[in-house]
Amino acid sequence: MTGHARWVRISHWILTASLLTLAFSGIEILMVHPRLYWGEAGNDLTPALFELPISRNYKHGGWEKPTPFFADVAGPISSIRTYDIFNQNGWGRSLHFLAAWCLVFPGAVYLLAGLFGGHFRSHIWPRAKELAPDTVWRDMRNHLQLRGPQATGGPMYGVLQKAAYSFVIFVAAPLIVLTGLTMSPAVTAAYPFLLRLFGGYGSARTIHFFAFVALLLFVIVHVVMVVKSGLKRQLRAMTIGE
Amino acid sequence: MKRTLITRRRAIIAGLASLGGLALARSPRSLPPTYGNLLRMGDTFTYAAQRTLLPGQALVREYSLADLTSFPATGTVDTSPLVTPARLEIYRQLQGGGFVDWRLSIEGRVTTSRTFSIDELKQLPSRTQITRHTCEEGWSAIGQWTGVPLRTILETAGIQPSARFVVFYSFDDWVDSIDLLDALHPQTILAYGMNGRDLPMQHGAPVRLRVERQMGYKSMKYLHRIVVTDEFDDGGKKGNIQNGWAWYTGI
Repeated sequence: MTGHARWVRISHWILTASLLTLAFSGIEILMVHPRLYWGEAGNDLTPALFELPISRNYKHGGWEKPTPFFADVAGPISSIRTYDIFNQNGWGRSLHFLAAWCLVFPGAVYLLAGLFGGHFRSHIWPRAKELAPDTVWRDMRNHLQLRGPQATGGPMYGVLQKAAYSFVIFVAAPLIVLTGLTMSPAVTAAYPFLLRLFGGYGSARTIHFFAFVALLLFVIVHVVMVVKSGLKRQLRAMTIGE
Repeated sequence: MKRTLITRRRAIIAGLASLGGLALARSPRSLPPTYGNLLRMGDTFTYAAQRTLLPGQALVREYSLADLTSFPATGTVDTSPLVTPARLEIYRQLQGGGFVDWRLSIEGRVTTSRTFSIDELKQLPSRTQITRHTCEEGWSAIGQWTGVPLRTILETAGIQPSARFVVFYSFDDWVDSIDLLDALHPQTILAYGMNGRDLPMQHGAPVRLRVERQMGYKSMKYLHRIVVTDEFDDGGKKGNIQNGWAWYTGI
């Protein structure tokens, strides 16, 4: 029996919409402060892990002469920002959290249904015999030669395909939700282990960014594979379902 | 015998009903207005969800002196788009006099309205905490704050049983408020000291608020007036909501 179950089709498109909205608003939020840090805290007056040239805020340099807080001039400093930064977080942040709620509720339903309904076991999680080196190698060679199988309009999936779905469902999605929660001061007041788990607020924000990059790469590959294997057939299978 | 089935439809209806209950556990007048804006509705949902799901009055993590970081100053009194020349002049005069003439008034739904000078605040029992300031922009900084718990001020003035919110007015002409859960939180303080010295001008002298479980912009600088209210007051054109920003920022 192939074809996508109705609950899979519905959650697929709800999650697609919220994911696109999260990506859009997330990029806006990143543009406001395109610097990423490792550790507990970080700002324009402390070293960044790396900076992204994605808005006029990138290395803007609009700061007054810094003043040290203590007699030790190499210690922490303060400086007044004089530069009028790009900042659309008024809608950016609120849209991000609205979309996050639309990810968390259907996502939780999807996880529970997949876990207890057997969808993950039968279709998503790779079986032991599929992980045999020659099976994996054959699937890998087929992909590298851009010779994918024709669309079946649903399960069963190839081993690399299963690995990709498993990575998204069991690694990237939980990671991006947990690091997102770690950026909430009210959440970490109640659950301080989150800050310890990810090594601080600054680290959680950076991991959140890399989880986004991983999901973005997945979406690109996913769309390419859908188009290559037969766009019309695949779209029909994931909407009206056949 | 009639069997009770948990059908999918019933489960969905029960789920939606409990979500509705979550959001409406408060009377509408004790929730921020949304003006029909979907984003503000999402903010209100986040507020109701965090207040419902997160346990009571947990404290935020406190750090050691070795963890202090450099601290950018943004939205200083000079650059605020809202500040009027008259108000800036008043602030400059107070600043020139070392803030000896500065007064913080507490009024509204309190037993006794009164004012505090900076010396009167410093005579009250103080709290010092090293916490992380988390800016909505994406940066964060760790600073040491010394001040009077807002709770002490509210108890001194005697808040009335009907009170629900505390509204703050600043010299740079912002109006913002917090609910009583944040107002009575042990780490919510009126800070007059930063990193062991008097609060510098660019960080909100003479007194700023610290609301540690929310984003940095709730920790208002340059305070001069506190009003206790029964109902939600969004501050009109000088408040966050009508300027397109979330009122609750625990996230």
